[in-house]
Amino acid sequence: MKTLYLLVPLAPLAGAILAGFFGKLLGRTGSHVVTILGVAISFVLSVLIYQDVQAGHLFNGAVYTWMESGGLKLQVGFLIDPLTVTMMLVVNFVSLMVHVYTIGYMAEDPGYQRFFSYISLFTFSMLMLVMSNNFVQLFFGWEAVGLVSYLLIGFWYTRPTAIYANLKAFLVNRVGDFGFLLGIGLIAAYAGSLDYAEVFAKRNELATLTEAVTGWPLITAVCICLFIGAMGKSAQFPLHVWLPDSMEGPTPISALIHAATMVTAGIFMVSRMSPLFELSDTALSFVIVIGAITTLFMALIAIVQTDIKRVVAYSTLSQLGYMTMALGASAYSVAIFHLMTHAFFKAVLFLGAGSVIIAMHHEQDMRRMGGLRKYLPITYATMLIGAFANAGLPPFAGFFSKDSIIEAVHLAKVPGAGFAYFCALAAVFVGGLYSFRLIFFTFHGKERFREAAHDAHGHDAHHDDHGHHGSAEPHESPKVVTVPLILLSIPAIASGWLIGTMLYGNWFGGAITIADAHKGLATMAHEFHGVLGMMMHGVTTLPFWLAISGAATAWYLYIVRPDLPAVIKKKSGVLATILEEKYGFDRFNDWFFAGGARLIGRGLWKGGDQVLIDGVMVNGSASVIGGTAGLVRLIQSGRIYRYAFSMVFGVLALLTFAWWSVFSRIL
Amino acid sequence: MNASLLSLAIWVPILGAVPIFWIGSERRTLVRWLSLAVAVAGFLVTIPLYTGFDAAQSGMQFVEQAPWITRFNAQYLLGVDGISMPFILLNSFITVLVVLAGWEVIEDKQAQYMGAFLIMSGLMNGIFSALDGLLFYVFFEASLIPMYIIIGAWGGPNRVYAAFKFFLYTLLGSLLMLVALIWLFLESGGSFNILDWHQLPIGIKPQILIFIAFLVSFAVKVPMWPVHTWLPDAHVEAPTGGSVVLAAIALKLGAYGFVRFSLPIVPDASHYMAPFIIALSLIAVIYIGFVALVQTDMKKLIAYSSISHMGFVTLGFFIFNQIGVEGALVQMISHGFVSAAMFLCVGVMYDRMHSRMIADYGGVVNTMPKFAALFVFFAMANSGLPATSGFVGEFMVILGAIKFNFWVGFAAATTLILGAAYTLWMVKRVVFGDVANAHVAELKDIGGREFLVLGLLAACVLAMGLYPFPFTEVMHASVDNLLKHVAVSKL
Repeated sequence: MKTLYLLVPLAPLAGAILAGFFGKLLGRTGSHVVTILGVAISFVLSVLIYQDVQAGHLFNGAVYTWMESGGLKLQVGFLIDPLTVTMMLVVNFVSLMVHVYTIGYMAEDPGYQRFFSYISLFTFSMLMLVMSNNFVQLFFGWEAVGLVSYLLIGFWYTRPTAIYANLKAFLVNRVGDFGFLLGIGLIAAYAGSLDYAEVFAKRNELATLTEAVTGWPLITAVCICLFIGAMGKSAQFPLHVWLPDSMEGPTPISALIHAATMVTAGIFMVSRMSPLFELSDTALSFVIVIGAITTLFMALIAIVQTDIKRVVAYSTLSQLGYMTMALGASAYSVAIFHLMTHAFFKAVLFLGAGSVIIAMHHEQDMRRMGGLRKYLPITYATMLIGAFANAGLPPFAGFFSKDSIIEAVHLAKVPGAGFAYFCALAAVFVGGLYSFRLIFFTFHGKERFREAAHDAHGHDAHHDDHGHHGSAEPHESPKVVTVPLILLSIPAIASGWLIGTMLYGNWFGGAITIADAHKGLATMAHEFHGVLGMMMHGVTTLPFWLAISGAATAWYLYIVRPDLPAVIKKKSGVLATILEEKYGFDRFNDWFFAGGARLIGRGLWKGGDQVLIDGVMVNGSASVIGGTAGLVRLIQSGRIYRYAFSMVFGVLALLTFAWWSVFSRIL
Repeated sequence: MNASLLSLAIWVPILGAVPIFWIGSERRTLVRWLSLAVAVAGFLVTIPLYTGFDAAQSGMQFVEQAPWITRFNAQYLLGVDGISMPFILLNSFITVLVVLAGWEVIEDKQAQYMGAFLIMSGLMNGIFSALDGLLFYVFFEASLIPMYIIIGAWGGPNRVYAAFKFFLYTLLGSLLMLVALIWLFLESGGSFNILDWHQLPIGIKPQILIFIAFLVSFAVKVPMWPVHTWLPDAHVEAPTGGSVVLAAIALKLGAYGFVRFSLPIVPDASHYMAPFIIALSLIAVIYIGFVALVQTDMKKLIAYSSISHMGFVTLGFFIFNQIGVEGALVQMISHGFVSAAMFLCVGVMYDRMHSRMIADYGGVVNTMPKFAALFVFFAMANSGLPATSGFVGEFMVILGAIKFNFWVGFAAATTLILGAAYTLWMVKRVVFGDVANAHVAELKDIGGREFLVLGLLAACVLAMGLYPFPFTEVMHASVDNLLKHVAVSKL
C-alpha cells in the first residue's frame, strides 16, 4: 500500500517534470497528455485508497528520514485517514477537471506546456500537504503551493499587474507563514516532536504548560500562531488582501488554486489540528471572530465589483470565512464538508466565468456583458447551478453545508459566537444578492457588449487571437471547456446530499477530535432527520428567506429597475466609496508596510551604514591612520600587488618546507 | 595515502597553480583546461574525506603531524572533524565552478586569475584543517592576499577604496587575534596546538579579553553588524569569481573561527557574551534585511542578503543547543551554494549588459527563459523556500532559537518576510515584466557552460533541501562533543 500512497503525489510530479523540462520535445498535445495522465492516475489511486480507508485500513508511517538533530527526528511520511482521503479526492477531482478545461482555455497561449507543468506541480504540492503526517512536510507543502501560486499568478509575466499581484500574494502569505513557523517552533520546543501523532499524544500535558518567556498559556499561543498561518493561506481578514489580486492569473488556476484547493489548506490544517484547538477556547474564539469578519465584510465588497472574476473572488473570501467560523464553532467536519461542496460549486463559478471571458474575447467587465444566456446556454446553466449553491438554496450543495455552519455557529458557546451568528446571517442575504447580481448582470438584460466593444481592454487582453472585438457573436466554448463544467456541476448539486454520512455518520472517525464541552455538532446530529427533512425544515428558517430576499433584490435591481443601482450608488456616497476602496486595506498596506519598510531601509542604509559606520567610524579612523601612514609610505614602493605576490610566495616557501617534511615521511 | 589527504587538499591546487603561472596567459586554451584539471583533481582528493569519515567519532580524523617551526613548538598539524570536513569539500567544489565561470569571461591575465583562485582554494582548505594556532594564522592571513589581488587586478573602477576598506578592517582584527594566539601560547606553556588550548583552564577576565580579541577578528570576516560595511563594497568591485569565493567560502572563515576557537577555548566568556552576540546577530538579520530592500545594485543587494544570512549562523552558535549549532553549520554550507549561485547569476547578466543596476533591467525572462528559471529558483532558495537548502539551516536555527527564547525566535523568523521581500522584489524588477529596453531585447540565453555551472549548484541546493540527513549526520558527534565541552566551566 505504501508504494501506492507514494504514487499518488509522485504521478503528478512526474507529469510536471516531463512537461516542464521536456515540454518542447513533447509538444503541446504530449504535455497535456502526460500531465492529465499523471493526475488521472492519482485520482484513480485516491478512489482505491478511499475504499481501502472505508474498509478500515488507516496508515501512519514514514517514507524516509529527512533530518535528525538535537533529538528531533524529522521524517517525510504519510498519514492516511478519512480526513486525508476526503481532501485527496477533492483535490484530484477538481485538478483533473481543471487540467482538461485548460486544454481549451489556454489553447492559444504560448506558455501552454509551462502552464500544465505548473498545475501538475501544484497538484503534487497540495497532495504532499494533505497527506503529511508531520509539521515539516506540512510546511513544505504549504510553501510549495505558495510557490506555484506565485508562479501562476504571475504566469503572464509581462503584465505589470500580474507581477505586482504575485509578489504581493507571496509576501502576504509569508506574513502568515511567519506565525505558522513560530507555532511549529513552539510545538518542537515543548513537545519535542513534530510528528502529528506524537504531538497529539502529549496534548493534555501541553495544555497544562505556559510558555516560559512570555508567560502565555502554551496551547493558546500555539493555536493562534498556527491559525495566523491559516489566515495567510486561507485569506482571512486582515491577510485577505492578496486573494482578489490573484485573479490576475489565468482563470483555470483561479478555480483550482484560489477557490477549490490551496486557499482551503488553512481550513484543512486547523481541522487536522483539532486535538490542539479543542484545548483552547481563547483560540477558538479568535478563530470564530476572524471568520465572522471575513464572511460579512468580504461579501459586501462583492456587491460593488464589476469584474466578473473579482465578484467570484470576494465570494470565495466570504465562503472561506464561513468555513473558518465553522472551525471556531468546533464543527470541523462541517468546515470540511463546506470546503468540499464549495470546491465544486466555486470551481463551476470560476470555470464558468472563464468560459464567459473566452466568449467575450478576454473581457472581464460585467458592464460590457449582459444577455449572454442565449449565446452560452451550457455556461449559463452551470453557472446558475453554481449561483444557487453559492447562495445556499436547497437542494443545491451549498445549502446543506452553509446551513449547517450557521446552525453550528448558532449553537457555539465560545466568546464572539453571537457576533459570528449575526455576521453569518447578514452574509446570507448579501450572498444571495451578489450571486444573482452576477447572473443577471452577465446573462440577462441588455446585450451591452455590442455598444462598448471597441474601447474594451480586458485583463486577459495579452493575446487577441479570438478575432476582433465585436466582430463575431459570442459563442459557446468548446467541449473541453463545457464538459468539465457539466461534470463539476453534478457534485455542485448533489454533494450536499452526503450530509448525513459526512457529518452525522462516522465519516471522519478518529481524525477529528471534539471536546466534550463543545456540544453543538452533537445537538445538530440529534435534530437531523435526513436530507429531505433538512430541506423541508430549511425553507421555514431565516437563512433561506434571507437568501431568497437577496436574490429577489438582485432581480429587482438588475432586471426590473436596472437604472436603480447607479442612483443608489450616488445616494450612498461614502459607503459606496468605502466598499469600492475595499475598506482602504490596499492603500494602507502600500503606504504603511511597503512604504514604511522602504523608508526604514533607506534610513538605516544612509543614516546607519553610510553616515555612522562608514563616515564616522571607518573613514574617520582611516584618516587618522592615513596621516600616520604618510610617514611610513616614504620607505615603500606603493605597488600593492607586488607586496602581495611576495607575501604569497613567502608563505608558500614556509609551507613548502613543512609539506616537504610530511611528504618525505610518507615516502 | 589516507594519512595525507588533507595535505593533498591543500597542496594539489597550490602546486597546480605553479605550472599555470609558468605557461602564461598567451596559451589560453591550455591554461583553462589545466586549471580545470587542477581544480577537479583538488576536488576529487577531498571526496575520500567524506567517504572515509567516521561519523560516530567526535575527535579529529585524517590527522597529520610534523614539526614545523621547532623554536616556537609550532607544528604542521592538520585534522578535521564533522564541523570542518564539509567546508573542505564545499571549498574545493566551488573552486571548480569558479574556474568554469571564468572560462571565457576573463580575457585579461587569465593564467594569473586562475592561479590566484587555485592558490586561494588551497589556503582555505588549510584554514579549515589547521589544528595549530600559528599555522591557522598563517593560512588565515595568507588567504587575504589572493583575494586582494583578485579584487585589485580584475576588479571594478572603485577597487582602491574597496581594497583599502577591506584591509583596514581585517588588519585590525587579525592583529588582535595574533595577540590572543601568543597569549594562549605562553599560558599553555608553549603550545600552539588548538586542541591543547581547548583543555586549558583560563580565568574569566582573560577569557573575556581573548573572546573579544577573537570576536573582532572573526566578526569582521563573517561579517557581523556593525563591521560589515566592507563587504558590499568588496563584492561590488570584485569580479564574479571573487564574489563567489568571498560569499561562499571567505565569509565562513569567521564563523568557523567561532566554533574552533571562541566557543571551546573560552566557554565561560562565550556564555557571558552570548546575549551580546545574539543581539548583534538579530540586528544583522533585521537591520540588514531592511537595508537590502532598498539597494539599487544587485550585487550590493546580494551582499547585504549574505550578511543577513550569516546573522543566522552566529545566532545559531550562541544559543548553545544542538539544533541551533547544526542549523548554523547547515546554513553555512547552504549559503555557500545559494550565494555563489546568486552572484554567478548576476555575473551572467553583467557579462552581457555590463551593469549591475536593477533599474537597467526588466523582463529578462523574455529573452533568457532558461536563465530566468534558474535565477528564480535560486531566489526562492535565498528566500528560504522548503525543499531548497536555504530552508534547512534557517528552519533549524529558528527552531533552536524558539527553544532558547521565544522572542529571539520571533525576531529571527522575520527573515521569512524580509528575505522574501528583498529577494523577490529584485526578481520582479529584473526578471519579470515586459522587455525594458533595447539591451535586454538583445540578451542571449545562457550557453552550455553557464548552464552546467548553475545547474550543478541547483542540483546541490535541491539535494540538500530534500535530503539534508547526510549533512547533519556527519556533524552530530562533533557538535555534541563541542556542546558538552562548552557546557563545562573552565574556571
